[in-house]
Amino acid sequence: MERIPILKMGDHLLVTIQVDMHDRLATTLQEDLTDRIVKVHARAVLIDISALEIVDSFMGRMLGNIAAMARVLDAETVVVGMRPAVAITLVELGLTLKGVRTALNVEKGMEILRSSLASGSGPVHAPEAQEPESADAEG
Amino acid sequence: MSIRSSEDIVRVRQAVRALAVDLRFSLVDQTKIVTAASELARNTLDYGGGGLVRLEALTEGARRGLRLTFEDKGPGIADIERALTDGYTSGSGLGLGLGGARRLCNEFQIESRPGEGTRVTIARWT
Repeated sequence: MERIPILKMGDHLLVTIQVDMHDRLATTLQEDLTDRIVKVHARAVLIDISALEIVDSFMGRMLGNIAAMARVLDAETVVVGMRPAVAITLVELGLTLKGVRTALNVEKGMEILRSSLASGSGPVHAPEAQEPESADAEG
Repeated sequence: MSIRSSEDIVRVRQAVRALAVDLRFSLVDQTKIVTAASELARNTLDYGGGGLVRLEALTEGARRGLRLTFEDKGPGIADIERALTDGYTSGSGLGLGLGGARRLCNEFQIESRPGEGTRVTIARWT
């Protein structure tokens, strides 16, 4: 069966979505990710959607679900790399991805995850907070 | 093109994208019509029990456009106004599909008869 690969890096899981996702693939990803979070005790999930040409309401819901499930399992999710045309379309569609943290690219996404894990607060429950306060978490 | 499975939704997206590129739609216009097509194809599958979509390239003077017609023989929609309201859903979705697709297009038409099916026509112009 076709699957989206999940890479482990320390206590982070990395997912790069590179195919035009059909619905079953999206559902499989949700299940695989939650399994992996528990199995490897992951604290953070980074999802790179820079290859996605569209995000429709189904995929948006899937991203929201993943973030919510990960949060319940004490892991934080950041979605990175959304294309500008996709962002414009999503908002017009009426989807604002509430509850999903976003960053412009993988580097910035990793920064967010690192500093929120370093602060020891675990998953941040206020999704509106886009940038953490600590400026130099990179160290 | 027929819409019978979730793989067909992907195929519809790819066909609409290819036609929009041929018509020299801007990247944002391409993205909008492909996203609208994805929403409507999913409605056809989930609520209409499958159906068909027809793709047409349009020209009107210097303007170029793309029209998509989605048809199913499903249960139909009793209250179209309500179905177009954001957040209203009879299924498991977010209830953004119809209203969202309408916002992403320049023209939107819906005809439906309970028990007979639904036809949704959208168009986007450059």
